[in-house]
Amino acid sequence: MSAQPMTCHEVVEIITDYLEEALPPEDRRRVEEHLAVCDGCTAYVEQMRATIRLTGMLTEEQIPEDQKRQLLDAFRTWTR
Amino acid sequence: MSNADVLASPSDLDIVERLRAGDETTFMMLVEQNQAAMLRIARMYVSSGAVAEEAVQEAWLGIIKGLDGFEGRSSLRTWMFRIVANVAKTRGQREGRSVPFSSLAGDDVGSGVDPEWFRAATERFPGGWRAFPDDWRGIPEDRLIGNETLQRIGSAIDLLPPMQAEVLRLRDVLGWTSEEVRNALDLSETNQRVLLHRARSRVRRELDTYLSEGRDDR
Repeated sequence: MSAQPMTCHEVVEIITDYLEEALPPEDRRRVEEHLAVCDGCTAYVEQMRATIRLTGMLTEEQIPEDQKRQLLDAFRTWTR
Repeated sequence: MSNADVLASPSDLDIVERLRAGDETTFMMLVEQNQAAMLRIARMYVSSGAVAEEAVQEAWLGIIKGLDGFEGRSSLRTWMFRIVANVAKTRGQREGRSVPFSSLAGDDVGSGVDPEWFRAATERFPGGWRAFPDDWRGIPEDRLIGNETLQRIGSAIDLLPPMQAEVLRLRDVLGWTSEEVRNALDLSETNQRVLLHRARSRVRRELDTYLSEGRDDR
C-alpha cells in the first residue's frame, strides 16, 4: 500500500466527505479498508447515517396565517 | 452562469407556467415549501426577524414580477433563493450591518469531534478510539424515532452557528442537493461540505449524549 493506514480520528474527520462521495478513489479505498477492520468506526458511521435519517424526520415551522394571506394578496394583485 | 447551475426541470417549468396563469394553489404551495427557509436565510443578513420578514416579502414580489422573465437557466429554487439573498444582503448593507462569514459559519466553535476521544501520539495506537462509540443498531426503533429524540435534534440544530444550521436544514431536513445549497447560500463546494460536516458531527454528538442517558435510566 502506498499510503499509511488511516487512524480512527482521521476517518471520523473525513466521514462527511466519504458519505458525500467526495473523496478521491485512493482515500475512499483507505476509509473502506479501515471500516472493514474497525468496529468503533463502523459504529460511528452507522451513528452518522442514523443522525441523517432522523434529522430527515423533522418538519419545517408553520408559517403564520397573516403572512400567507399577505403573500396571496400580493400574488393576486400582480397576476390579475 | 456558474457551472454548478442545473437547468430548470420540466416540473419547474410547469410550476412557472401555472404561476404565470395566476394559479393560487401552486403559489401557496411554493410559499409553504420555502417561506421558513427564506426567513432564516434573510435573517442571517439583516438585524431582526421583522426586517427579515420585510425582505422576504419584497423578495416574493420580485419573484412574482420576475416570473415572465424566468428563462429556466437555473432551477426555480436556485432562482428564487438568489432573489431572497440579494434582497436581504441589500437590506443588511443599508442597515450598515455586516456579519463576518466566519461568525455565521462558526469557525471559532469546535467541530463536534473531540480530540480527547482518540489516543494521543505518545500512546499505543495513536489516533485510535479510547472507547468505541455505542452501537445504535441495538436501540429499539420506536425509541430512536420518538418525539423526544426529534426534539433533541431540533434543539441541537438551533444551537448551531447560523450557516451550519442552515446547511444542515436544507440538506438533511428538506433534502436539497449540495448544488442547490451552495447556490442559495453562496458557498464553495468545500465550504458547504465543511459546514455540513461540523453540523452533522455536532448533532450526532448531542444525539449520542441523549441516547446514552436513556440507556443509563433503564
